[in-house]
Amino acid sequence: MEIKKHWWKIVCMLLLFYTIMAGFLIEVPRMPILNETIRNLFFHVTMWFSMIVLLLISVINSIRYLSSQNQSHDITASEAVNTGVFFGILGLLTGSVWARYTWGAWWTNDAQLNGAAVTMLAYLAYIVLRNSIEEEQKKARISAVYNIFAFVMMLVFIGVLPRMTDSLHPGKGGNPGFNTYDMDSQLRMVFYPALIGFILLGIWIMQLKIRLKKIENSKQNEATHC
Amino acid sequence: MLLKEIKYLLWQELKLENRQRFAFNGILLYVISTVYVVYISTKGDTQPQTWVSLFWLIMLFASANALQKSFVRENSNRYLYLYTLSSPQGVIISKIIYNGMLTGVVSLLTWLVYSVLMGDAVSNKWLFLCSLWLGNTGIASLFTFISSISSKSSQNSTLVAVLGFPVLLPLLLTLIRLCNASVMGVSVADAQNYLYVLLALTVIIWAMAYLLFPYLWRE
Repeated sequence: MEIKKHWWKIVCMLLLFYTIMAGFLIEVPRMPILNETIRNLFFHVTMWFSMIVLLLISVINSIRYLSSQNQSHDITASEAVNTGVFFGILGLLTGSVWARYTWGAWWTNDAQLNGAAVTMLAYLAYIVLRNSIEEEQKKARISAVYNIFAFVMMLVFIGVLPRMTDSLHPGKGGNPGFNTYDMDSQLRMVFYPALIGFILLGIWIMQLKIRLKKIENSKQNEATHC
Repeated sequence: MLLKEIKYLLWQELKLENRQRFAFNGILLYVISTVYVVYISTKGDTQPQTWVSLFWLIMLFASANALQKSFVRENSNRYLYLYTLSSPQGVIISKIIYNGMLTGVVSLLTWLVYSVLMGDAVSNKWLFLCSLWLGNTGIASLFTFISSISSKSSQNSTLVAVLGFPVLLPLLLTLIRLCNASVMGVSVADAQNYLYVLLALTVIIWAMAYLLFPYLWRE
């Protein structure tokens, strides 16, 4: 194992260790309502960022699949979605437990929550679509098309529409909390490393899943040849 | 060249529709009976906001039902023959135009039946008509594209809803806001922003359909 190829995994581990320790131990600004739950910034918001990065990887690979018809791009695209959906579920869980204790409800009609729900539904639909087509190449092509379409619509939904309404989220609308300007430098010292750490973790999980899938595929091919 | 093709394909669609008139009548009957179910269950007494959301729910399911068959309507051998002659862009554009016209007619009739039974809540008719027309064009284009995706898989009918509804939500949310504005009597100039968003969404859907459909087409 050469260190040159795998250094980023070590970086990922170190950053996550740092995130978990510092995330629970550092002094955080005391905000009304938020109080200590402000630490959820390190574990909830980072999930969504990782998900978006994974979905971006997926859509890029879908575009590459359509232009090259190379099966390995399709495997990357689908495993990136699977990992992204996993991160999305974690984001929903951490978010809704937090919301129960700060907003008083598990789910609210908030622009960002709607965006999250739409994203999850669209990508679960992507997985259903993949399972409903038998033939490998057809499956790859059709799901790539849907992936690109869904990604663009999702960008509109989470990028454009929330700007036209207020949000309950801290730092948005008239809510107590931080925004990009008054986010404490202490918070940033953990938030940015946490962000990079979780994104790297997502990519790492995705790579492992891709390798597993490729082994499965080659085993299946051997079985059919015998 | 493309224009001629679209005109020809559109003509084919209309001829086919004329031959299978029961399909259109079926959609109309579907809409009328759904409106009646809504009328019975709400006793025709609703808040304006509920009025708007029920109207769009009916429209949504009616167009999902009407358009899910748009790529499996004809005999597949005839399709193959017809479409070896024309380009995929021509096919998707003509389908979108045709389905837009179809749902346009259906939506106007739905509005008529709905406002007769449920009372007319709209105070700015022009804004409502504008959003009805723009929204229907968007919904029709989206379902046309989605049904071309789902027609390639084995379980067609459920897949249209599963694939279509999540990506439709941005459009629907804007539409419901616009219609709420029209119910409250907001002027067209004040609701301009939402109209632009609706238009932009529709154009995005067209662009995606135009670019991506050739890949679905290649068999």
